[in-house]
Amino acid sequence: MTPEMKGFILLSVIKMLLVFTVIMIGVALLTLMERKVSAWMQNRRGPNRVGWAGLLQPAADGVKNILKEETFPALANQGLFFLAPALSFIPALLLSAVIPFAAPLPLDFDFSLGPLGRFAHHGLMPMVVADLPVGFLFVLSISSMGVYGIALAGWSSNSKYALLGGLRASAQMISYEVAMGLSLIPVLLMSGNVSFGAIIHEQQVGLWYVLPLFLSFFVFLISGFAETNRLPFDLPEAESELIAGYHTEYSAMKFSFFFIAEYANVVTVCAMVTTLFFGGWDIPGHWDEQGGVLQTLVTGGAFFLKLMFWIFFVMWIRWTLPRFRYDQLMALGWKVLMPLALAYIMVVCTAIYAIEHVAGITNPKVEALALFGVNVVVGLLVFGLLDSGMFVRGSGRRPATSEVTG
Amino acid sequence: MAIGVKVMKRPERQVSYVRATLKGMALTFKHMFEPKVTMQYPEEKSTADWSISQRWRGTHRMLTDEQGRSKCVACGLCPQICPANCIKLVPGEDEQGNRYPLIYEIDEFRCVFCGYCQEVCPEEAIHVGVHFENAEYTRGRFVYDLERLQSQTHPVSTLWDPSDPRGE
Repeated sequence: MTPEMKGFILLSVIKMLLVFTVIMIGVALLTLMERKVSAWMQNRRGPNRVGWAGLLQPAADGVKNILKEETFPALANQGLFFLAPALSFIPALLLSAVIPFAAPLPLDFDFSLGPLGRFAHHGLMPMVVADLPVGFLFVLSISSMGVYGIALAGWSSNSKYALLGGLRASAQMISYEVAMGLSLIPVLLMSGNVSFGAIIHEQQVGLWYVLPLFLSFFVFLISGFAETNRLPFDLPEAESELIAGYHTEYSAMKFSFFFIAEYANVVTVCAMVTTLFFGGWDIPGHWDEQGGVLQTLVTGGAFFLKLMFWIFFVMWIRWTLPRFRYDQLMALGWKVLMPLALAYIMVVCTAIYAIEHVAGITNPKVEALALFGVNVVVGLLVFGLLDSGMFVRGSGRRPATSEVTG
Repeated sequence: MAIGVKVMKRPERQVSYVRATLKGMALTFKHMFEPKVTMQYPEEKSTADWSISQRWRGTHRMLTDEQGRSKCVACGLCPQICPANCIKLVPGEDEQGNRYPLIYEIDEFRCVFCGYCQEVCPEEAIHVGVHFENAEYTRGRFVYDLERLQSQTHPVSTLWDPSDPRGE
């Protein structure tokens, strides 16, 4: 092994430990944040007894869950019942490996470590665990695996509520995956690359994609909610109908794992929104292109702030909107978001072609601004129609029988 | 149309989803900065908005006279009227012929906190109290004997006054 390779492995292990620790602690704190935010929105205080301002509440919950009795349903499929929490947990964590969380760090070292030999690294170190050239596709493929954990949990529990929850989860996650994937194609069209590093770079030279690709962002955000099974799309664990849905039969730490998986998924979706539409660690105004350790730290802070905002947004939505009805959920996914995403691909394709080849604009900033103009028009149209209830119909807007037959 | 079927007039055109969502989000966001209604219980037990009623009927208290003896004359009215039969009274008599309770026990688990004992007491000795923190480690501790009833210090209930039904 060359010293460079050993240096790479060393750095990768360090980054892995760092990201894993941050995600695990962060997820624990997110459960506290969720409870705090929900409390504030309901004029309450939230947990504030354990530790300062309740900061040790997650630790107390963890201890409680470890000490609790584990129950197994008598006729459950033991193997799968055991495997399901891990299956929902692993993809959620895997995804955090490809999200760049700060500007590349210039790092030069060359040292010997006894029998292990020389370690060396020269040049920029990307602040991501695995700088995959296909990062984007990796995310799409791994995020689809999350459905296995939930579906298997529902099926192996040998309980009707769990089974219904698992069924709903699989239907919902597969449906929204379509819209999610389609909504991301305009991002690829704009950036011309599937690596996260390149996507962030394109946003640095142009505009953050939330402006030129606003509808993509909108569709992605809604699909993200559905993918993570968060309110208003938490049909798989609709407690008023299904007790706790797919994790009805789970107890103690295995139940906790589903919880951790849910929050890890929220973190991942928010990180995706940040990276794909809000420039990742980018700070506008070219300040962040001077390089250096300070730049890495500040951009890391910027990424964290954006991420926290979107996590807060997810919680904000959760405590604002009531749960969808199941048919409305499916109708929204298949009849609104998917055609919208498809049509939007057409619009963006046409617009990009027109801008680049007909108008001959090559400056990425001008191009993004022109696309933003297109978005304003299309967005007003779409939101006007959405607002008037043309796409999603409540029960009060069902067509009368005569309308259907006649 | 069948009799008694009420057809709701539902909005046809003004169904607003986007605006309604944004409105709801603004509302929840506004609520985050409003004063909290939670009372921090063990630290604060009553606030300006909320304090325990003066008519609250909680665990009992036996009032005492100047010499520290209970005011009870062991007339037997309270065990007589008690609907839950939770008062145990064994009367005694001293050399001057004054009656006093040899044993006076109230089983607070059986008590239904009706307050009849306080109402019926001719000496205003036994009272229900304005008090609600009664946790104990054993069930036996919930049978209050005379000594314990006398040593309670919490305020006593004013009960409901028929001539002043609203407490004004």
